[in-house]
Amino acid sequence: MISVIWLGMIVISIMVGAATGRLDAVNRAVFEGAKTGVSIAIGLIGILAFWLGMMKIAEQAGILRALSRLLAPLVRRLFPDVPPNHPAMGYILSNMTANLFGLGNAATPMGIKAMEELQKLNPDPKTATPAMCTLLALNTASLTLIPTTVIALRAQMGSGNPVEIVGTTLVATAIGTATAIVFDRWFRRRSGGR
Amino acid sequence: MYGWVTALSVWALPALLAGILSVALVRRVSVYEAFVEGAKEGFGTAVAIIPHVVAMMVAISLFRASGALDLLVSLFRPLTELLRVPEEIVPLAFLRPLTGSGALAYMVDLFQAHGPDSLIGRMASTIQGSTDTTFYVLAVYFGAVGITRVRYALTVGLLADLAGIAAAIWITNRVFG
Repeated sequence: MISVIWLGMIVISIMVGAATGRLDAVNRAVFEGAKTGVSIAIGLIGILAFWLGMMKIAEQAGILRALSRLLAPLVRRLFPDVPPNHPAMGYILSNMTANLFGLGNAATPMGIKAMEELQKLNPDPKTATPAMCTLLALNTASLTLIPTTVIALRAQMGSGNPVEIVGTTLVATAIGTATAIVFDRWFRRRSGGR
Repeated sequence: MYGWVTALSVWALPALLAGILSVALVRRVSVYEAFVEGAKEGFGTAVAIIPHVVAMMVAISLFRASGALDLLVSLFRPLTELLRVPEEIVPLAFLRPLTGSGALAYMVDLFQAHGPDSLIGRMASTIQGSTDTTFYVLAVYFGAVGITRVRYALTVGLLADLAGIAAAIWITNRVFG
């Protein structure tokens, strides 16, 4: 699936670029894209190291276990094939909480940690499990209470009321997340998972 | 409203840090050792992500630079006109799942051209916050653990984007239109 889309994007780009005489730009884009990819990943090192450090403290203090016990009834329905006391649950919940409060750069390390724990339950390490797909669906839809970046940019650009979009954003992100959960369920059932 | 929303977004991080550290203190965790032990994994994880993010970024960068994205937008124009989506918003809807920084830059362009408090500015703001960059999230989350067969995850992500963006356009028209 991902191979088809990836290949499709590249082949179509080359064809369109050739047809419109933009092959110069295409050539440049290859190297710019590769460079951007590396700088994004390298730029993550600091945040990753910091939050993985904090998460280790939270884990040893028993916060993750307490959190997953507290909210497990809610999340267990979304992740039926993860044992309720599995460490993945704690990370999944911290990931969702961080997203909710607009701490995007904390959510990523927590989500990665959750993926690593889910990977331990995976019989085939190259193929995504249904639980992984659900976690990814929740993160691509990213349920957010406060869209911090957008508010900051609006304020900077001289908006009279930078937060007036919080309500509309909440409605849109809730509909997006609900759609993600519904389709995730549907595909999961269709593919023979629980 | 602006007051408490900014207060919440400013206090979320310090409160979280203080919360984690004070529980750790009570439970007598050796915090410094634990922090360093956890942080050690940061480098390896970032390096593991590189090939996945590079693959994705090259394809996306090509797609934009070659004009394929513009072509896609114009192919959908009859449909978006029928649905009364403002012309300026359509490119943003296509950029949003592909590139976070690209969509953000486009939103700032719209703010500059129309003002953040115009209908288009409000719509762009809502779209921006309504969903995350699906391709990037997929590359990073699955890349970190080496998943290459993603099954239906991308389809679900894109369907959710579609629903989120459509909802954003609809609700902004209703509330501010």
